[in-house]
Amino acid sequence: MSLIATLARLEAVSTGRAQPAATVRHRHLSERPLVLVPLITAGEAGAPLGALVGTDRDAPRLLVVPQPRDRDLRFAFLAELADVVLPYVDGFADVVEAAERSETDPETGKRVKVEVELCADAPQLIVPSRAGVDLVRLLGRSMRFRRTAEQDPEAPFPAPPRVPLLGRWLTHFGERARVPGSSLLLAMTDVLARHWATGQSTLEDQHLGALLAWIDPPEGRSGAKAAQEAELARDADGQLVCPPAGPATDPAFDNKLLAPAIERYDRARGALAAAEDGLEADERLGALTAAEREIRALVESRTRPTWDAVWRGLDLLRKLPEGARVEERWTRDRWSFTGHRDRVLAGEPPQPRRDDAVTAANKLAVREREQARLEAQEALDDPLVMAARRLSGEAFAGEVVDVVMAYSESRRPSPRPLVTVRTDDRPHLGERVRAYRSLGGKPQTAEFVGYEEGPEDGLLVLRVMDRMGRGKEPEEGSVPEKGDRVCFTLFEHEPRGGAKLPDPEETPWTHGGPPGEEAVPEPADPVTEEDVL
Amino acid sequence: MPPPRTREKALRHRLAELRGPEVEAKALDARALAALAANPGCRRRAILDGAGVDKAVLADALGSPSVFGQSQFAFVRGNAFEAKVKADGGTELLRLAHEKLDRGAEPPAGARVPDLTAQGPRGRTARTELALREAAEAPGAWTLLDHPMLALDVAGSPAFLEPDAVVVHPDGSWTVVEIKSFPMLDGAADPAKVGAAARQSAVYVLALEQVAARLDSAPRVRHRILLVCPKDFSNLPTASAVDVRRQRAVTARQLERLTRIEEIADALPEGTCFSPKLPAERLTEAVESVPATYAPECLSACELAFHCRDRARAQDVVTRLGRPVRAELGGLTTIGEVLAAARGEAGDPDDPAVAALRRAAALRAEALGTAAPEVAPCR
Amino acid sequence: MTAPARQAVFDPGAAAARATDAILRDTLRGAARGVVVDSPPGAGKSTLVVRAALELAEAGRPLMVVAQTNAQVDDLVLRLAEKNPDLPVGRLHSSDTDPYDKALDSLENVRTSAKAADLAGLAVVISTAAKWAHVKGVEPWEHAIVDEAYQMRSDALLAVANLFERALFVGDPGQLDPFSIVGGEQWAGLSYDPSASAVTTLLAHNPELPQHRLPVSWRLPASAAPLVSDAFYPYTPFRSGTDHGDRGLAFSVPPDGSAPDRVIDEAAESGWGLLELPARHTPRTDPEAVRAVALVVRRLLDRGGAATSERSPDPTPLTADRIAVGTAHRDQAAAIRAALTELGVPDVTVDTANRLQGREYDVTVVLHPLSGRPDATAFHLETGRLCVLASRHRHACIVVCREGVTDLLDDYPSTEPVQLGTLVKFPDGWEANHAVLAHLAEHRVAWRPEVR
Repeated sequence: MSLIATLARLEAVSTGRAQPAATVRHRHLSERPLVLVPLITAGEAGAPLGALVGTDRDAPRLLVVPQPRDRDLRFAFLAELADVVLPYVDGFADVVEAAERSETDPETGKRVKVEVELCADAPQLIVPSRAGVDLVRLLGRSMRFRRTAEQDPEAPFPAPPRVPLLGRWLTHFGERARVPGSSLLLAMTDVLARHWATGQSTLEDQHLGALLAWIDPPEGRSGAKAAQEAELARDADGQLVCPPAGPATDPAFDNKLLAPAIERYDRARGALAAAEDGLEADERLGALTAAEREIRALVESRTRPTWDAVWRGLDLLRKLPEGARVEERWTRDRWSFTGHRDRVLAGEPPQPRRDDAVTAANKLAVREREQARLEAQEALDDPLVMAARRLSGEAFAGEVVDVVMAYSESRRPSPRPLVTVRTDDRPHLGERVRAYRSLGGKPQTAEFVGYEEGPEDGLLVLRVMDRMGRGKEPEEGSVPEKGDRVCFTLFEHEPRGGAKLPDPEETPWTHGGPPGEEAVPEPADPVTEEDVL
Repeated sequence: MPPPRTREKALRHRLAELRGPEVEAKALDARALAALAANPGCRRRAILDGAGVDKAVLADALGSPSVFGQSQFAFVRGNAFEAKVKADGGTELLRLAHEKLDRGAEPPAGARVPDLTAQGPRGRTARTELALREAAEAPGAWTLLDHPMLALDVAGSPAFLEPDAVVVHPDGSWTVVEIKSFPMLDGAADPAKVGAAARQSAVYVLALEQVAARLDSAPRVRHRILLVCPKDFSNLPTASAVDVRRQRAVTARQLERLTRIEEIADALPEGTCFSPKLPAERLTEAVESVPATYAPECLSACELAFHCRDRARAQDVVTRLGRPVRAELGGLTTIGEVLAAARGEAGDPDDPAVAALRRAAALRAEALGTAAPEVAPCR
Repeated sequence: MTAPARQAVFDPGAAAARATDAILRDTLRGAARGVVVDSPPGAGKSTLVVRAALELAEAGRPLMVVAQTNAQVDDLVLRLAEKNPDLPVGRLHSSDTDPYDKALDSLENVRTSAKAADLAGLAVVISTAAKWAHVKGVEPWEHAIVDEAYQMRSDALLAVANLFERALFVGDPGQLDPFSIVGGEQWAGLSYDPSASAVTTLLAHNPELPQHRLPVSWRLPASAAPLVSDAFYPYTPFRSGTDHGDRGLAFSVPPDGSAPDRVIDEAAESGWGLLELPARHTPRTDPEAVRAVALVVRRLLDRGGAATSERSPDPTPLTADRIAVGTAHRDQAAAIRAALTELGVPDVTVDTANRLQGREYDVTVVLHPLSGRPDATAFHLETGRLCVLASRHRHACIVVCREGVTDLLDDYPSTEPVQLGTLVKFPDGWEANHAVLAHLAEHRVAWRPEVR
């Protein structure tokens, strides 16, 4: 943790309110995000209990599995979820703009520009916490290999149509969420914690209610007190006043409220099945409906506070101005979304259970590049982030006190002006270390020449190397002038791409060789009586 | 110094006093072992676990109840899963042990499953040791010990441990079996949970090694344990061998380094008692008489964490915001000290920690525009 | 700690020669596509690589060499040219400014280029893994040597492995692991986990490959090899090539009774010295500890040290270039450099563990990574870091540390997550740190603050 971040936390403790950890918003927020607040059943591998989902904060759709162990009810839940999520996703698939992408020409092997479609906007899924992101992945994994009756008439328990498709989309969202700086799927706690420093530990920041209590405490209350209440306060019934953001539920809720309600439901269902005539059945159906309604009410009572909290978090985040380079990263999300749309349309099989060697290495390379990009862009967009980089010696800011024109020693001399900067910062500079500043959104390179006197007096001499045009004299505004405030970073602004990896069919012997002659489609999970999801 | 027997008896007596009259000692369960691993240096945890105090009950009595309730759904399912794994004389469990750990051996058929029931933890420990001895005397067959009981010296007082199972292989070696209800999905499982299971199993391995050392044949305790979990989305069992050599080495050294319970007990004021029947103030006083080392990690490992967190808040210590917060603060330990140093109200400017804090505070103020702006934002 | 009982017949030279012969036999005449060699600190890895390269070249096998850093590549080129000045060697380099050591330009048979095609047909072509990854569309080399293979990531090997038919992989499993700035947990347990080391992946897919170990450290003295071997290579032990008494360190100026002099004498006598400062939590650049390190170095030079070893019958003076200071962080190195300059000692190498990897000195002075720290992170507990710092010396290692690290370790337990299916990496950092401290405690000298 940087000392600046530590200070912010300590300030939060002493003021009783969260302190800014950013001056701009570093994540894209959609105009119309889809919020998902899921709950699961304790002890099962992610067996859903229910969810609130939707794009309208005032009218969420409540989905409930009254008996989480019942396969048909589970399937019904997933089908309903697909009915909400897929139309939302599809809504972004058809609005496209023309874009260019470089591809390798299969005949010549050369890189060529091709005109392609790029979706003009992309869907955005928001869950309350990191555990919610994991659940999205798990649901994706559980659904994408399912077979519908149409795909496989022999399937013993065919999944409802569109459920496998939902699985593929959720898998895509879950994978994209692993890319640093991406915004297709966000966990509210992560985004809030990125922008505010609370007076508690990062572990405690995982609690959405406590986090919000620090950022936006109720009138006249300290964040610390409000946070502790959000964490621990219980009503007369022993229930948490602020239920956990899920997907796990509070054991006291399970034992005191949910378990008896499910038992009543089971009894009512048993009774209905045993009904001997129509009249009795009608009556017992009424009892079953009532029992189900009771469980729905319970699930809603646990999810609605979280639902509201997520929207409150969105309100708070929207008050921050968007960082200048956020849009560029969102465009990458749009490419990612468009790419998956195309794979689905092309009838490609679902994502495999495990990446092959080449795919894994490619994904890691992308994520490392995006991490470097994110770190650079956040610093360039936000003086508070840059302050931490300056403190750690990776950047410096100061005033230009002298500019001396100089030229390169070549046949056609180019401008290489020497710029002297006075700074109080202490960058880690060595001979010929490169420094970069943002000039019209593009990085301009300078080389460290030396200290005017000694490292202590803070006078640095830099030689500007590029972005001064083609002429003998630098272009207007391309060289800092005396009196200018400048900020240079020792890190690059645009991460370099790595080398291209071999194609999967050329996987070398060190990595197990090519994956095999023909691609075998991944088998569906065997369906057994024991399944929970 | 009195002879060891007398000392042991005296300590046992002292620990019973600490628990309070007619309070049974609690065995060192999975959570206590996790708390030990998460915070071995905490004396408060050490004495309470050492004396077999039920920390959950204690936390309730202190008015800072723990949040480790268990959902009955999880409970029912966990039990059902374990029963399924061990059904039919452990057929499935032994099949997994054979497949994952000992393929060269005869496949298990008609394994021995000795009855281990006995009176009290000491009785059960003796019964377990007898069963292991018998298995060692008649090698060449598979034996399954269902819920054996083991004793291990922890900081000078015996702690009782109850692994889910121990398997004796035909070659006479022993394997610890841990049955957990988190899933293995496509062969992978939650690394934090597997790590906790590995540390827990390492303690059982150490305890078994002590038993093995007492037997003539000195059987080998395998350092790869068998972790059994539900497979994918079902509750069918699957298993994975987990190498616990690292956890075993770490735990062995931790146990060796623990401040002796006796020493902590001797430092307590006369008449200290942790009985939940005492009024809250007296209990608080008793608990506060042993120093704690609170860190936010305790919240997920120790029943007393909320109590200790309140105390840490009252003492204004920076570590309550997380252990890493201290990294660059040098000798400054309270929030008040750090802020005063950062604001230039206190602290030696020649101390690099103080100097760095002031620089950080100035840069932060500049970026937030709460001080005279020195530099325009870097756009 | 006692040294393991030596077999009366153990002849380090013969043992090392046997290992080298077997490695070269498998490399030159074996049937396997790969050969893996583990080399503990100072076991002659560079010598092996140079020898294997020369023999492969002699056998007429086109050879590419993959190293991890430009410095390693340049160093190898220089060594090859020194052994065989007539050997045509290609140095493939990047198109950055100053891509290679200028010293290479004076070598007659070394050709440098940023394009692999320019170097085609040369007996040996050497470059970094990063540069090799950009080489496409060429005929594969018959043989490759992959140096520092344990510091190379699996994905880096994936990018270059199609360039060669067979390869010799050489490296030290105990040094700093490769790392990734983003999490790669989702691939943990996969045989080709891209963030694992190249050797891990290679062996997971090709478990039948011959694996060798250089059994003797020629660098570490008899006083150091057992500790380093036990603490960092518990399941693959090695020995020192020299025996107690084969090496000696003596000073012509008698001690002045100060703590630095006493710890120097302790280290000269036993190979290890711990200069312990009073317990205190400090920032990374603890001024007192920094000054203590600088004073020890100053005294090492002032006291006219001379090292005797198996290398020559006459004592070699302990000069500034034979001493190095190791730290965990760059700012610590900078602070110590400044303190040394103040004491008028300009020429002693001061660097972080990362940069000291693969280097060798007579005496090292180490600022313990955990000294004065109020917390211990995974970075500070990483075994590779401590292993590098504790295994650079031929004669003696002096550790400067504040008291209380053992208690700190107890507050920062090892609770690492475990991924199913991954090979366990030994040892545990927490445990190794304790093991080293327990040993150092036997060579402890308490620091007394100077009276001004």
